[in-house]
Amino acid sequence: MFWFLTKSLRAVITLLLVVTFVFFVLRLSGDPTYMLLPDDIDEATRTFYRQLWGLDKPIFVQYLNYLGALLQGDFGISFRNNQDAFQLVWDRVPKTALLTGTSLVISLVIGIPLGIVAALYRDSWIDRAVMAASVFGFSMPNFFLGILLILIFSLNLRVLPSSGSGTWRHLIMPASTLGISFAAQFARYTRSSMIDVLNKSYMRTAQSKGAGTARRVNLHALPNAAIPVITILGLKVGELLGGAVITETVFAWPGLGRLLTSAVASRDLAVVQCIMILLAITMVVANMLTDLTYGWLDPRVRVGAKAGSR
Amino acid sequence: MTDTTLVRRRCHALIRWFSETPLTVTLAASFMVLMLFVMLFAQIIQPYAFDHIDLMNRISPPVPLQGSTLMHPAGTDTLGRDLFSRLLVGAQTSMLLALLGTCLGAILGITLGFLAAHKGRLWDEAIMGLVDFQAAMPWFIVALAVLAFLGNSMVMFIAIMALYGWETYARITRGLVLSAREQGYALAVRGLGARPRWIYLRHILPNISGPLLVQLTVNFPSTILFETSLSFLGLGIRPPMTSLGQMLGEGRDYLISAWWLAVVPGVMIFLITLSMSILGDWLRSKLDPSLEN
Repeated sequence: MFWFLTKSLRAVITLLLVVTFVFFVLRLSGDPTYMLLPDDIDEATRTFYRQLWGLDKPIFVQYLNYLGALLQGDFGISFRNNQDAFQLVWDRVPKTALLTGTSLVISLVIGIPLGIVAALYRDSWIDRAVMAASVFGFSMPNFFLGILLILIFSLNLRVLPSSGSGTWRHLIMPASTLGISFAAQFARYTRSSMIDVLNKSYMRTAQSKGAGTARRVNLHALPNAAIPVITILGLKVGELLGGAVITETVFAWPGLGRLLTSAVASRDLAVVQCIMILLAITMVVANMLTDLTYGWLDPRVRVGAKAGSR
Repeated sequence: MTDTTLVRRRCHALIRWFSETPLTVTLAASFMVLMLFVMLFAQIIQPYAFDHIDLMNRISPPVPLQGSTLMHPAGTDTLGRDLFSRLLVGAQTSMLLALLGTCLGAILGITLGFLAAHKGRLWDEAIMGLVDFQAAMPWFIVALAVLAFLGNSMVMFIAIMALYGWETYARITRGLVLSAREQGYALAVRGLGARPRWIYLRHILPNISGPLLVQLTVNFPSTILFETSLSFLGLGIRPPMTSLGQMLGEGRDYLISAWWLAVVPGVMIFLITLSMSILGDWLRSKLDPSLEN
């Protein structure tokens, strides 16, 4: 329980730091009224908008006001189209969740079996082929992979739509683009984790007991090999979200990433802050869940945490 | 020793290198050497100025394709600028930025890692807190917003690249130093009365440099991808300067009429990250035998 509390406290502190960082760095860019209002309006109008948006107060007061509003779930108003920033962002969440979720499933379904097979047939041609494919997979920039897929499947073969998000056919290329580099990474992690486990003494014990290959792999090796892979999974959430921004831009997928690039281009402060805070929350929660799952799967970690180690 | 035996010895060493090292590693290393050469001398070897506009020769395809000329072996873009020259200068920018970002990040992370291990509990907590904070930030997205809002000066961009990935070095260094400090050689030097700084820099740092070097090679490709992704989105490197990502971003708008504008720089980025990953894997297996069980 104590362990959980310290983890939560750390998570809250991290989130507070993120909010503070986002607030001050983005505010450093200057008076938002100069970015959002036409240049030729008179000073009275400018002052009116400053008061309306609370920009006339000292920056520290603005910061406290912002924090107070955040605690009540108020992320401010989009400067651009005067809508609630949170609502604007929230409407895009399902699309991004669909994209990243599908990519994650693709990467796990491809990566983990390949990694297991590569480890079981270590140093054979299968292993070599899997590892070579994996190096290719994670060296490929996803924006370039996306463009290649568009060139091949949309422009040449004309079998898949290059942009939009209406049907499942729109999902195939973006999800593969995002999923392939993660599949490559998971294949590697699974392989090395499996090799680690296969060399453990309990595997020899299982063999000497006369357990068959299937039993040894399924019951002894896989559960133990899964633990490090799950940890990696949690740490990859940030990378997945960053990748989603690029993939959504390449395929004009109307999710958070697209909203972010357009909000950033039009300097829509409230929307950008809202997206960044939501993404940070997602990452922090993912890390905490990983820690919890890790402790649940591997009791040694809990004992270690009680002993006071990091 | 006569000259001939020396030469023969060198030849033997070279032959042994080639027979012991996988072909892919040799190829990757050669490509990276070529890229380092381009990074240093792009301005000298470029056949045209990379931003020289020639509207009479717009959208010429690269050489094996129909309608190409040997005057522009990699073709020209929509303003008639020579793609080969742009490729050289773009690769130069991307390589320089990635190298600078990787090295600065490594210096920052390693220094903080040493401090965390040496300075005691308060510093340790503070630095590791910063590490957690950095790891919890979607840094690519932060970079995107910061570059868009604060405008992008080169200094800002390099600072953002340096802050990308430093936390891994700090974490690794801290762990390595904590365990190295208790080993015989460090204790012996300490017993002789050496100062901490001397022990850290002269004795511990060389001993832990292997894993750090591996981390450097792992970090380099992702730094290249970080830069090219930002430039691709139109942040990062912007015209009139060029980088591989910026070229690819520009080329994206002409996929139907001139697909090579996007594909050629894309292949270049891919080759750089691929070579570096292959080298990194090889280096890891050489330097860190524990990974090979």
